[in-house]
Amino acid sequence: MKDNIIIQIITRLLVPFIQVFGFYVIMHGESGPGGGFQGGVILGASIILYVIVFGIDEGRKLVSEKINDICNSTGVLIYGGVGILCMIAGGKFLEYNILPLGSAHFASHMGMLGIEIGVGMTVAAVMVTLFIETARQGK
Amino acid sequence: MKSLYIGLVLITGLALAYGTLDMPNFGDPNAPANHHVAPRYIEKTHEETGVENMVTSVLASYRGFDTFGETTVIFTAGICVIFLLRESGTGKKKKRTK
Amino acid sequence: MIEFILAKYNYWIYITLMMIGFYAMIAKQNLIKKIIGMNIFQTAVFLFYISIAKVKGGTAPIEWEKAVRYDNPLPHVLILTAIVVSVSTTAVALALIIKIYKAYGTIEEDKILEMNK
Repeated sequence: MKDNIIIQIITRLLVPFIQVFGFYVIMHGESGPGGGFQGGVILGASIILYVIVFGIDEGRKLVSEKINDICNSTGVLIYGGVGILCMIAGGKFLEYNILPLGSAHFASHMGMLGIEIGVGMTVAAVMVTLFIETARQGK
Repeated sequence: MKSLYIGLVLITGLALAYGTLDMPNFGDPNAPANHHVAPRYIEKTHEETGVENMVTSVLASYRGFDTFGETTVIFTAGICVIFLLRESGTGKKKKRTK
Repeated sequence: MIEFILAKYNYWIYITLMMIGFYAMIAKQNLIKKIIGMNIFQTAVFLFYISIAKVKGGTAPIEWEKAVRYDNPLPHVLILTAIVVSVSTTAVALALIIKIYKAYGTIEEDKILEMNK
């Protein structure tokens, strides 16, 4: 698909907008439809589109193997880290009201935002991993 | 052989249809699924968590531990696919020195 | 009798889809067709669970000033988890099929069982 110039240009134009939309869906999960899983899949789909049009080698220049493996596990670590932070501040595991950030509602918002970012990171990295590992067998 | 499979599928379908005889109608507000804990989540989500989206508040605040387990599930699926399909030729090879 | 069929039409749809997926899982010899049957089966189960959540005259479960009644938010949460589990299972199953193809050279189930004897 590399020789078709229309698809090349449209993909290069569209991929940043899809990523911005993915970040928007993650961040606005609390006041509208959305959340961690949905936004993570949209982020993963933008990189999969780039790999489909330009090939696996060009895709590896964008997201190297090492960064992919690191992002896989950092998402779960962020989730557990927020929970242990709540335990250090004096409450139970994942009790957001205790965090010393002002009012209880604001601390609850910040806790949920941290959780959604962790989940989105893991889901996006796993989607890219699944696609590239399965597509590489065709060589 | 195919008639055996079709017979099995029809018997299971009839057993499932028999099981729906005393289930509630579609959209019934008095169904027992809408009574136990869902009214409490709907009424108290704004004062206890401060978030307008009820699905996100249940997912991340009331049942946050289940979401933690599920993130681990999708991480495990990624690890399984890497372990099955990645060949040892990729990545940097370290030189072994005696 | 007509009222019994028309009032519960969501159950008939889910039973039809579930039986199509079930037939594909047990009667086809190609391994990839079995995985597709498993996916159809799982979709039927999700449809059943979410159709329980609907309340007559209710809107989506996001707080809104003009709303009188809300839908039940609990099945939506449980099905989000189940969709992620379904994606993970399909991914690992497809990776295993690639390994089987490399070891045996075919993905028809009866030929593989013959080669194993």
